Amino acid sequence: MNPQEPVIKTEKLTKRFGDFIAVNEITFEVYKGEIFGFLGANGAGKTTAMRMLCGLSTPSAGHATIAGFDIYRQTEQIKRNIGYMSQKFSLYEDLTVLENIRFFGGIYGLGDRQLKSKSQELIERLGLQAEAKKLVGELPLGWKQKLAFSVSVLHEPSIVFLDEPTGGVDPVTRRQFWALIYEAASNGITVFVTTHYMDEAEYCNRISIMVDGSIEALGTPKQLKSQMNETSMDGVFYQLARGAKRGE
Amino acid sequence: MRTIRFLLQKEFRQIFRNKAILALIMVMPIIQLIILPLAADYEIKNINLSVVDHDHSPYSRHLISTITASGYFRLQGYHSSMREAYDLIEQDKSDLALEIPSGFERNLIRQQVDKQQLFIAVNAINGTKAGLGGAYLSSIIRDYNQHIRMEWITPARIQPIPTIEVVPSNRFNPLLKYQFFMVPGILAILLTMVGGFLSALNIVKEKEIGTIEQINVTPIKKHHFILGKLIPFWVLGNVVFTLGLLVSWLIYGIFPQGNILAMYGFIWVFLLAVLGFGLLISTYTDTQQQAMFIMFFFMMIFILMGGLFTSIDSMPAWAKVVSRLNPVSYLVEVMRMIILKGSGWSDILPHLGTMLGFAAALNGWAIWNYRKTS
Repeated sequence: MNPQEPVIKTEKLTKRFGDFIAVNEITFEVYKGEIFGFLGANGAGKTTAMRMLCGLSTPSAGHATIAGFDIYRQTEQIKRNIGYMSQKFSLYEDLTVLENIRFFGGIYGLGDRQLKSKSQELIERLGLQAEAKKLVGELPLGWKQKLAFSVSVLHEPSIVFLDEPTGGVDPVTRRQFWALIYEAASNGITVFVTTHYMDEAEYCNRISIMVDGSIEALGTPKQLKSQMNETSMDGVFYQLARGAKRGE
Repeated sequence: MRTIRFLLQKEFRQIFRNKAILALIMVMPIIQLIILPLAADYEIKNINLSVVDHDHSPYSRHLISTITASGYFRLQGYHSSMREAYDLIEQDKSDLALEIPSGFERNLIRQQVDKQQLFIAVNAINGTKAGLGGAYLSSIIRDYNQHIRMEWITPARIQPIPTIEVVPSNRFNPLLKYQFFMVPGILAILLTMVGGFLSALNIVKEKEIGTIEQINVTPIKKHHFILGKLIPFWVLGNVVFTLGLLVSWLIYGIFPQGNILAMYGFIWVFLLAVLGFGLLISTYTDTQQQAMFIMFFFMMIFILMGGLFTSIDSMPAWAKVVSRLNPVSYLVEVMRMIILKGSGWSDILPHLGTMLGFAAALNGWAIWNYRKTS
């Protein structure tokens, strides 16, 4: 891991919806191969920020580069270099596991041979041999999430964005999910992940905590805990988020 | 091209996996073409007739039986007064009341009084039924009158009265079968419905379930995505149309008199236009409910102002302008031209040109308005 090489770089990135400032001048860097935890209460602006970084939403102000590409002018190049897993499950439930893998691999431009070997490999890694020809809609949620993650890194992006990937998933499957994340990170993929689980925050190399659209804290979990005199991430989060005016 | 291949594979898989939709697409044209033309009949039959006969003579009875024998009227009953007959009209039990005055026979035959008056009261809530019913009845009475004159006036005594008789020749539809007029039109509507609704709902469905997000973060090109949505429904539209054509040939014996290739050529462009319209709507809406309602709004206009049920020529000037902006009106016209009139390429060329314009404009607009980044 080379901590000097930023793959995500934002400067005063802002998103306004009318009078409402969803994301307020956030500035941070994420380095190559890092697992970056993007924390915040509900409604803090995490998803909006992430959508801007993925090129799904145009910022109102500020600058950012993703994998060296400009967030305003080069959204299509950015899209070639990132993977994204949204809050909503978004593989096709009426297609089989194999068909989903081949479809998304295909539109990212993987060749036939690559598609074949990669889908084989993916199915084996997830232990889905028996389910490969089943419709995705029939799988349990935990399996779907693992599949969605694997599909989002199929084209070997330099960064993968995960928006609450483990919401509603049981602890055992969450553990397995994080094993997949570590595996991806060890292959050099930078992981940008939002979560509400503080134990997951501990798994991250660095984390930021957003409150009401701004980043209020940024550092390694250890740094944050000592800064705020807390023994757990729960405490850190609670101290910061308590002051939040927004939220549901 | 590779991207499009993957998109098409996906769309066709999804279509063929959705058995309910697939069955509807295939069965709908067949059922509708069999049922609708039989029901959507311009001919007025079963007109309920009340008779108030003050004369009670052989001639009045003869007149009544002539009327009922025509097959258009159903005798509702005899009444002693016009008031009773009016009551029935008010209760919607009767459509027409015929009053025969007393002394009808005497005046007509014995005294040969010049003027004889019969009175008809019509229930005009259903204007077409009333108008046609009244006209049928008048014409039957006129014939009856003619008949009596022939019977009573010896032809030798006077010179035959010169009369002008009009003999129409019905071109393109010699038997005036309304099916010949309706079937091509219904086929046109079916094609519009299937194409418009399927395409309008498709992208919106992906928005609703969230899969469009996953598509939008890929480097996929907008026009590839739109083409991937257009082509499957275009193929489906052709299947529906061909099925419909087969049904109208097998059931109604309607076979295109003109150039079939020209007809398919026009259908291909028309499908592009109507699918483009559906896609355009789906780029402006967020839920299937919205898309459905907007599409329905336009469908009503397309259908009612498309010249299927009412002639565009008899619409007011502003409506004519609107109907020229309605792609369906061109389709209805071209279908009737090729199927009934036997037209070919050169006759439909102006229509084809306009339709190409529609297709280009609607699809261009849809691609322009489809946002991968909001």
